[in-house]
Amino acid sequence: MLAYVLRRLISIPFLLLGVASVSFLLSQMTKGDPLAALVPERMMSNPEIVETVKAQWGLDQPLPIRYLRYLGNLVQGDLGTSFATRRPVATDIAERLPATLELVIAAMIIGTAMGLTLGLLSARFRGSAFDSIARIFALIGSSLPIFWSGLILLYVLSVRLAIVPGTGRLPPRIAPPPHHTGFYTVDALIAGDLSLFVQALTHLALPAFVLGWAVTGIITRLVRSSIVEGLSLDYARTARAKGAPERVVLVRHALPNALIPLLTILGFTFAYLITGAVLTEAIFSWPGIGSYAVRAAGALDYPAIGGVTIVGSVAFLLANLLTDIAYAWANPRIKVH
Amino acid sequence: MADITPAVTAAPAPRRGRQLRRLSRRLPLTAKIGAAILLFWILTVLTVQFWPLADPLAMVGRRLQPPSAAHWLGTDALGRDVFSRTLHGSIWSIPIAIVVVACAVSIGSFLGAISGFFGGWWDTIIMRLVDVTVAFPPILLAMAVAAMLGPGLANASIAMVIVWWPIYARLMRAQVLEVKEREHVEAAVAGGAGGLRVLRVHVLPLCWTPTLINATMDFGQVVLLAASLSFIGLGATPPSPEWGSMISEGATRFYDWWIAFGPGMAILSVVLATSFLGDGLRDLFDRRSA
Amino acid sequence: MSAPLLSLKDLRIAFPDGDGGMAEGLRGVDLSLDPGEVLGIVGESGSGKSIAMMALLQLLPDSARVSGSARFKGQELIGMAGPRIRRIRGKSIGCIFQDPLSAFNPVLRIGDQVAEAILLHDSSRSRRDAMKAVEGLFERVAIPQPARRLRQYPHEFSGGMRQRAMIAMALANSPELLIADEPTTALDVTVQAQILDLLRDLRRDLGIGMVLITHDLGVVAGIADKIAVMYGGRIVERGATDPVFYETAHPYTAGLIGAVPDIEGTGALRQIEGTPPSIFTRPGGCSFHPRCTRAQAICAQEDPALAEVGNTDCACHFPLIATRTEVAE
Repeated sequence: MLAYVLRRLISIPFLLLGVASVSFLLSQMTKGDPLAALVPERMMSNPEIVETVKAQWGLDQPLPIRYLRYLGNLVQGDLGTSFATRRPVATDIAERLPATLELVIAAMIIGTAMGLTLGLLSARFRGSAFDSIARIFALIGSSLPIFWSGLILLYVLSVRLAIVPGTGRLPPRIAPPPHHTGFYTVDALIAGDLSLFVQALTHLALPAFVLGWAVTGIITRLVRSSIVEGLSLDYARTARAKGAPERVVLVRHALPNALIPLLTILGFTFAYLITGAVLTEAIFSWPGIGSYAVRAAGALDYPAIGGVTIVGSVAFLLANLLTDIAYAWANPRIKVH
Repeated sequence: MADITPAVTAAPAPRRGRQLRRLSRRLPLTAKIGAAILLFWILTVLTVQFWPLADPLAMVGRRLQPPSAAHWLGTDALGRDVFSRTLHGSIWSIPIAIVVVACAVSIGSFLGAISGFFGGWWDTIIMRLVDVTVAFPPILLAMAVAAMLGPGLANASIAMVIVWWPIYARLMRAQVLEVKEREHVEAAVAGGAGGLRVLRVHVLPLCWTPTLINATMDFGQVVLLAASLSFIGLGATPPSPEWGSMISEGATRFYDWWIAFGPGMAILSVVLATSFLGDGLRDLFDRRSA
Repeated sequence: MSAPLLSLKDLRIAFPDGDGGMAEGLRGVDLSLDPGEVLGIVGESGSGKSIAMMALLQLLPDSARVSGSARFKGQELIGMAGPRIRRIRGKSIGCIFQDPLSAFNPVLRIGDQVAEAILLHDSSRSRRDAMKAVEGLFERVAIPQPARRLRQYPHEFSGGMRQRAMIAMALANSPELLIADEPTTALDVTVQAQILDLLRDLRRDLGIGMVLITHDLGVVAGIADKIAVMYGGRIVERGATDPVFYETAHPYTAGLIGAVPDIEGTGALRQIEGTPPSIFTRPGGCSFHPRCTRAQAICAQEDPALAEVGNTDCACHFPLIATRTEVAE
């Protein structure tokens, strides 16, 4: 098993090289002229200014040189400079990453908790009305366009019912807590500011729910089917033969076995969460890397898009690696190999 | 399941008809509902021009009217009828999803079949390409490609094909690897048949079932991603009544909820329909993964 | 004679056949077992031997319909309410299953799984106390290094060790009856013998009643007091062990004895032709008739009743004993 994880670890740099190369090629094959984004239109006729800008951004070098330079910069953590913000992309992303991570982690917790609960209960009461409702709720979650469900829920819960606050991470004109982790909820707790914590949490709740609902479907389905399968297996019969009530068979015997496949799909749901985070952030004005990417794509800010793509891929690969390790750790049958 | 496929392809027409009928009887109700919804949308795409609907691009009433008898889903910021625009939106979303899935299936299956059947360097190169492609979170790759090519539905479609082909390459490769080991294929190879011919005649006909089931399921996901790209501003451009860009218009004025309501429901219906149908088909044909 | 430990009267089990009807898996079985006695139930797969015992403990799927009577120490088990039957399961009746690998939960330690059997029936005991008891049980079933073995997972045990752990689990609450469903089938031949020896020892030392379900007459020969041979969902021959072996009345039993590998290697392995019927494809009349060398026209029409023939009970129109007697005359 260790060998397997090592093999995965070794493959990651190669995959990253592939990812970086694809990102570079994409940025080079663009039809739009990046100059147009850099030089104001009335200065385009001034060759001196154009040349200065080209040299400044390295646009005058031949392709292979630019490629090597790009890779070299990447290794040093330099993702280039955003055309739009004129700041290093890495800085921009570092500043916005905690917001996205806070959203994604909260969504993952909500999605897993809902999925496990619904899956467990609908397996226990399979065929009942509860089972049908839980499955429909889960299915709708994974079928909804997230940018639409977010919008509708925001309208109903915030505009009409005023249960949750509006968009953003905090109310306007409220200063964020002192920076420790970048997670406003955690930082507010560290600062001991309870009312700030509640405000951060209520702002987080709806976008995290919308995003978490999207993965609830996958998790509910998986948990339900593996528990239903587990309840029909020999070890469940053994447990019943020992005198275990159905509740014990379910929780102590079928559930741990269902957690193993659950671990394997958490990496997969992470892809969903990244996709969903981009759209959720756009709806909820969440200042993370998703909304950064959307803005960059609209402005043809190639370094920014490339940077987000690479960071996203790294996160994705790491998530899958963590999943593999967690799987190996959780499954005693694999541990020995 | 693979045993059913050759029987279907090889059977004379009347038997095939009977098998289709038997198949449709065994489909669960949800799958039939899904099929009906998809059929509805395809019919809408083909005939919506002839329906007695308001012009989707013209100002037909006062701006931002809530739903009423005259405008079932209200009017948008330019006074256009949202109900009519929602139905007309299918002209963009459905054909594009069909084209994207068809291209992704063709390209992916072709490369996957080559990879699985010939192995060696082919396999290495194609599969490493697959690995790199799936290392990207789908939406970020699609955004990067679409941004590079410039906004527009055609470019968004290319981006989506690039995102989706690896799935089919892997599926087809796995199938081909399995079928390749069967006796009749080994017999054909021993009989001196050429590689491509063996692949085409003896292997591929047995490999399509999982691909088709997956394609059914993915259809809804493609509709969803296409709408997402349009929502971000990388897909369809105004004033075309594409569902994603309609929701994007609605997002800027969400007090007028009805602008986004229709297109959202339309997307939901397609995605639900394909997952119902796909589930039903998978339960019928592919019990191993069910 | 004291009250029987277990008595089955006209036990019937039916399953939905998928076409709206019911198929009978068990067609009226009568059996009885005294305390400390060992009963071997022998038959091929589909004969109904396992489902009969699963029905006692209500371990069949909900779709199964069970009728008739099964009394354990005078208490009716069929239709007994959930909480009451759960107090009997694992407490008064212990179970051993065929495949000890799949019968253990793969993600829990063996020790915890065995201790669970104790803790489920005695919530006052601490986990530590229960684990101590499990260690003792492991010693009893001759698992070496019990303290270390407790903390291992099922896949770290060999097949024979797993079956020993399974037996330890079944014995955890000193049951009066042990049901062993094909306890040796999944094991290597040498290990089979060891497990049978262990069961024999337990029977001698603990005086525990046993029902030993197997497809292999050889397994029960050295341990059972009496034997019931099942075919097609009913008992075709029943009696004390010796008469069943030496004064065999039913052609099917005779076939099974022929199927026992000869240890001396003197005779070739004799096998019954054909395959046993499934519960959905059972032929009319005597369900054995298509495979029976002695079958006559009546065998396809009438299912013979179980009746005393010689020293055993036998359900056959043309039992072997009777013909022998005729020949002798």
